[in-house]
Amino acid sequence: MAELFASAPFAALLPLSVGSVELAAVDLGRLTLITPYKDREAALSKALQSAHDVALPAPNRTTGQAGCRVLWFALGQVMLAGPEPDPGLAEHAALVDQSDGWVTATLQGEGAEDVLARLVPVDVRAAIFKRGYTVRTQLQHMSVSITRTGAERFQIMVFRSMAKSFVHDLETAMEGVAARG
Amino acid sequence: MRITCPLCGERDRREFYYQGAAVLLERPAFDASDEAWDGYLHLRDNPAGKTRDLWYHEAGCGAWVVVTRDTVTHAVLDCVLASDVASGARP
Repeated sequence: MAELFASAPFAALLPLSVGSVELAAVDLGRLTLITPYKDREAALSKALQSAHDVALPAPNRTTGQAGCRVLWFALGQVMLAGPEPDPGLAEHAALVDQSDGWVTATLQGEGAEDVLARLVPVDVRAAIFKRGYTVRTQLQHMSVSITRTGAERFQIMVFRSMAKSFVHDLETAMEGVAARG
Repeated sequence: MRITCPLCGERDRREFYYQGAAVLLERPAFDASDEAWDGYLHLRDNPAGKTRDLWYHEAGCGAWVVVTRDTVTHAVLDCVLASDVASGARP
């Protein structure tokens, strides 16, 4: 029997630091995609509150904090990042384990907004995109979830299979910002 | 071109996939006449002016939306969830 070794997708690629901006891998723990059944959002929010102490977020928002966060993920979908989902949630929603489907990186430092501005077609400036806000969009041509977790810090989730292209594009943008602002 | 998604707000056209005229929401009854089905499947208006299309917010929230736009001025006039149109909540 062949021996298999787990390998982190970002292992050989991150952390990366260019100018004042850093890109680092982060392990969010268990990722559970939660799709509430019809008209069960309120009951699900209550169940999330009692099991994990987080409410169901509105579109483009997150609830909770590092370690246990719920990110709005699409129309009628949220992602629970961190804990093992309470089995009781399954009464109100379909739960899908996507832990192995996504990789997550943190982009932080002075100029992080400028780096993202080169890559995404949405406004991520602090006046518009505040802490705890989240957005589903494209980074170059990759589907991503971007969340502001601090004044100059973003959490970016991308499909695991695109880890290398993702780092390549971020690195190019970081170099551009470092060279020209 | 910018489309204001009812969930995500104003977004770039590149996030959306164009499906076609919003007539697909008006599916004829199962036993409707051949003419009704022929029209539904094949016949489209080509208006100079206001038109309604189905778009898919592929790179955003994944919602199907009905976009009202003007083919003469290129103005995007309205954008509502297709599910709201289908359920009758929106015209």
